[in-house]
Amino acid sequence: MKSKLSAESNYDVLELSGEIDLHYSPQLREMILGSLKNGNSLLINMAEVSYIDSSGIASLVEGFQTAKTANLSYGLLTISSPALQVLTLTRLDRVFTLYDTVEQFQSQL
Amino acid sequence: MENTSAISISNLDVDYGSRRILSNISFDIRQGEIMVIMGGSGSGKSTLLRTMLGLKKPSAGHINMLGTDICHASQKELYKLREKMGVAFQGGALFTSMSVTENIQLPLREHTKLDENTIQIMTRIKLDMVNLLPYENLMPSELSGGMKKRAALARAIIMDPKLLFFDEPSAGLDPITSAELDNLIVMLKETMRMTIVVVTHELESVFAIADRIAILGDGELIQVGTPEEIKSSTDERVINLLNRTPRENIVDGDVHLQRLTRDNQ
Repeated sequence: MKSKLSAESNYDVLELSGEIDLHYSPQLREMILGSLKNGNSLLINMAEVSYIDSSGIASLVEGFQTAKTANLSYGLLTISSPALQVLTLTRLDRVFTLYDTVEQFQSQL
Repeated sequence: MENTSAISISNLDVDYGSRRILSNISFDIRQGEIMVIMGGSGSGKSTLLRTMLGLKKPSAGHINMLGTDICHASQKELYKLREKMGVAFQGGALFTSMSVTENIQLPLREHTKLDENTIQIMTRIKLDMVNLLPYENLMPSELSGGMKKRAALARAIIMDPKLLFFDEPSAGLDPITSAELDNLIVMLKETMRMTIVVVTHELESVFAIADRIAILGDGELIQVGTPEEIKSSTDERVINLLNRTPRENIVDGDVHLQRLTRDNQ
């Protein structure tokens, strides 16, 4: 997994790529929760994610729950087909807010 | 589906005492495919599964699994390999003193140092996948046979293994639950990129899920092929298996008499 966290004016963007498995999901969880803990809304770009296992999905779920509790915006951007398949299998495609463009996310901030 | 082998079995002989159960078995299981191992009772399919799992030592031959020769691997190598394997046993093999949730979490607690929240969410994801989420706090003794089987599957896939072994997934299940389980097996292959080995003799299930089928008979490998190749097989033993033809039991009078009276001689 490769990741890059950057700050926009009123939200953070986390760009993920490669394979997210048991070895990398703790790192992903830390980045997501760290960003939210700082009071920032979070947009996670998953266009380049080639594989995500259920530990990675669990980190995304925990982040979503944390964001909701803190009343922050939290969205997944341009999800790759392999990642979307996993979300569909776990019925989480109906839980997360999925965005096709950054503008869609910005418009609801 | 990829063409590289996840499991490579070569010249495998397995004996119980003086009795040969498997004889000269050789075939490959490709990464990302569902291989169904099929055969009648006593064909050796359960012994083959036990040998692949490292529960039975072969008398001869090799099994290479994700690059590890399991017949000659050290305990440490086997431990590392088992992190990439999930096994759902026929009867569930759940720990009776643990709840469904505790059973399912066990591999994560044994093999990882994941955060407690991650473990809890992963467990619920897998329980939901096998439709057992409402029953997470039940004990195994409170589950039906089908529920035990689904709980065993949830435990087998909790670590998202590269290799999933499933012994008789449909046996004893109602047709709807059985079809749901077949769908889930196919989805796991496609979505989670698992290589899946299923041992069964449920024909409907075989043709619903298999990419390829290996047919065993009397301890020998009769044929390996796609469902279409198996359906059009000209081998009499394969045809009999598919048509559920009872085996002809030709009795040699002298041999039978000897069998019945040998302890009295």
